[in-house]
Amino acid sequence: MKGLNIIVLAKQVPDTRNVGKDAMKANGTVNRAALPAIFNPEDLLALEQALRLKDRHEGSQVTVVTMGPVRAANILRDALFRGADKGVLITDKKFAGSDTLATSYVLSRALQKLAPFDIILCGRQAIDGDTAQVGPQVAEKLKIPQITYVEEILAVSKQKITARRRMGNGMETLQGKLPLLLTVHGAAPACRTRNARRLMKYKHACTPSEMSHQREDYIRMHEHRHYLDLTEWNVNDLQAEEAYLGLYGSPTKVNAVTNIVFTARESKVLAPTDEAINALMAELVEHHTVG
Amino acid sequence: MGNYFTEVEDYKFHLRHPLMEKIVSLKEGDFEEEQEYDYAPHDFEDTLDNYMRVLEIVGDICENTIAPNAADVDAEGPHLEDNAVRYARGTRQNYATLVQAGLIGMALPRKYDGLNFPVTAYVMAGEMISRADAGFANIWGLQDCAETIYEFATEELKDNYLPRFNKGATAAMDLTEPDAGSDLQAVQLKATYNDQTNRWYLNGVKRFITNGDADISLVLARSEEGSEDARGLSLFLYDRQEQAVSVRRIEKKLGIKGSPTCELVFNNAPAWLVGSERMGLIKYVMSLMNSARLGVGGQAVGIAEAAYREALKYAHERAQFGKPIIQFPGVYEMLTDMKVTITALRSLLYETARMIDIYRGYTDRSHRRPLNKEERLEMKTNSRYADVFTPLLKLMASENSNRIAYDALQVHGGAGFMQDFPIERLYRDARITPIYEGTSQLQVVAAIKGVTTGTFMKKINEYAAVEVKPGLEYLRHLLSEMTTAYTAAVEEVKGKENEEFMDFHARRLVEMAGHIIMGHLLVLDAQREEKYKYLAELFIKKGKAANAEKLAFIRNSTLKDLGTYRQVVADPVG
Repeated sequence: MKGLNIIVLAKQVPDTRNVGKDAMKANGTVNRAALPAIFNPEDLLALEQALRLKDRHEGSQVTVVTMGPVRAANILRDALFRGADKGVLITDKKFAGSDTLATSYVLSRALQKLAPFDIILCGRQAIDGDTAQVGPQVAEKLKIPQITYVEEILAVSKQKITARRRMGNGMETLQGKLPLLLTVHGAAPACRTRNARRLMKYKHACTPSEMSHQREDYIRMHEHRHYLDLTEWNVNDLQAEEAYLGLYGSPTKVNAVTNIVFTARESKVLAPTDEAINALMAELVEHHTVG
Repeated sequence: MGNYFTEVEDYKFHLRHPLMEKIVSLKEGDFEEEQEYDYAPHDFEDTLDNYMRVLEIVGDICENTIAPNAADVDAEGPHLEDNAVRYARGTRQNYATLVQAGLIGMALPRKYDGLNFPVTAYVMAGEMISRADAGFANIWGLQDCAETIYEFATEELKDNYLPRFNKGATAAMDLTEPDAGSDLQAVQLKATYNDQTNRWYLNGVKRFITNGDADISLVLARSEEGSEDARGLSLFLYDRQEQAVSVRRIEKKLGIKGSPTCELVFNNAPAWLVGSERMGLIKYVMSLMNSARLGVGGQAVGIAEAAYREALKYAHERAQFGKPIIQFPGVYEMLTDMKVTITALRSLLYETARMIDIYRGYTDRSHRRPLNKEERLEMKTNSRYADVFTPLLKLMASENSNRIAYDALQVHGGAGFMQDFPIERLYRDARITPIYEGTSQLQVVAAIKGVTTGTFMKKINEYAAVEVKPGLEYLRHLLSEMTTAYTAAVEEVKGKENEEFMDFHARRLVEMAGHIIMGHLLVLDAQREEKYKYLAELFIKKGKAANAEKLAFIRNSTLKDLGTYRQVVADPVG
């Protein structure tokens, strides 16, 4: 079998594990400037799945695609350090404020440009929006099958892929026809580390708009080291229709943002005896909280 | 998320040392490898950026993989399976991650798939890994063997074995035997040459071999039949694929339990000669040992850093008498002393690493073209300094690391004595550092040459001649008083013209020199960055007091005392 053309959709997200009081803007969107920007954790797991496929299928190529501001190119470089081959940044001021519908529209336009591909991988969801909608919507727009919540890819043959998905209450093994899209669950294995040599090789990789801030000798380096070129596409490159873009193209509106302080409403005091614990377990099983 | 590299500011500070420009130029020349290798640097700043960013990967792996595994690795340890070593689960994960990151063979040239890193940056990685898990640091640090192969082996051996490091080969240095510990001249493992097969064969037993079941082992063996001293010993390379060595047992140890310490039986094991015959101990092992001593110095600093952080955290969390215990002078003095000592040791560690980088850099250059007069002089001077700074560092770092682990456990009180906190493991792990790769007593034997030949004094004068800001002059004044006391102590001991008297006081003299040197280094650090000023001041004040005590004892001691001390020899045993 020839190598696979694998595309990973990745997002640079604010590190919501370190949320401060300025995390949200008045209009209800995330204040990205106030939080450190990281590679969305489940997208990293998707990248690992892609790299494992590349290890198994000689001649495969992994392209990472991200949509966001220019600084989102940082996660493209990060992906190159870990083993990806190419990076594509989709950036345009007109994309600002996109909801999942507008985002999946733009991504599907980009993917059409990258066709033909065999497998698209993305994280189940991003830690900023937590919608888990973008992956499935992209598959729908491209009219290709999808398997969500994937924990492990078991086999890939010429036309078929077999993957195990993690459901809330068990596992399911599914087969799908290529090309198809997979979303990867948080239980999948961690992404491999950055490699020192790859880091030194790719650290000067940049998009055309980043290039304008580089020193001249590094710009010249791009002339004979084409692997340092990150692709950058805007609205025109994608021939995207403006009506579907940005805040305007996003029917999702945040109505209000409320601070919630968690308080314990109900508590039970248990006696430290086996009987009391058995009784609690029985109750939890009965209510289907466990088991 | 934490990162072992970015959270210790000293690292970047030492990588920004003015001498780094010279070290980079010795490593990279005019950056000509950029044409040949896609990961070779473009210029000085690019090289420094490479060091920092690669070390940041190391720091990430330390924080997120090695440190979280450390407690389990300590509990599980390696075990024997069919006369072979099987690492603990965490050890296997740690090593696989470092291989994936391309961090084995860091100091090797690119030609052999290495990263071409200087010793200074390599030791920094070692220090961080030791902080995360000192036992594991041994397994990783044995890539030093690659350096020895690179320096002394034939081109053929180099081509066959060096590229294997980057792919993940593990290494071991097989020196110690049941009757040859500190005294390696007594090594008996036999090497015989077979004319038919044109190979050397090894037979005998090695003991206390760290990572003894490694892929590639450097073995010290007696190649000259009938010889008895160092001149009959040669160094060999044994490849595990030959399957002619069995692991008889793995020792049960006090600390660094994750690192397998093996007893090995060589059963007609085919091996390759490294370098020339009879130079094994005299030249190659000495070089290997110097790298290992520098590594142990870094390891000791890493353990000290870990212990200090545990103590600091506990001292904030633990409240007694209505306040956190860090508020009490008895506790905060200990913590500040730890921090001051660690900073001073680190300055000594990277100063020594730079000396090694410079002389090795010139040695490497001398293989490409003849050196000019100044270059030759600089190579020689740095080699001489490194010869006495390396044992000084190993002595000071390992002994102080134990002191720091002791105090850090003390800060924990009763809780520290239980197995519930990491400090208990750190305390056990620190204990080996003044023992292996030459005990403290042997480091003194090597470092005393720095006192008697005046090498330390020469360096001290060099430091003192560097102009500093007026705000640091008072520290220079204290150091100059310490130097006067040191000179007096040396004169006093030399004046007795008695070798045993010199040996008796050797450690005191070496430590006095060490305090002055570390004090000077901290002053020079303060010259570059203000925040080192108070650390320098505190270090010098305590160092001065310690030196005064040593001088007082030296002045009070007589040749007659030696006899009195010797009486213990006659004491009944048992």
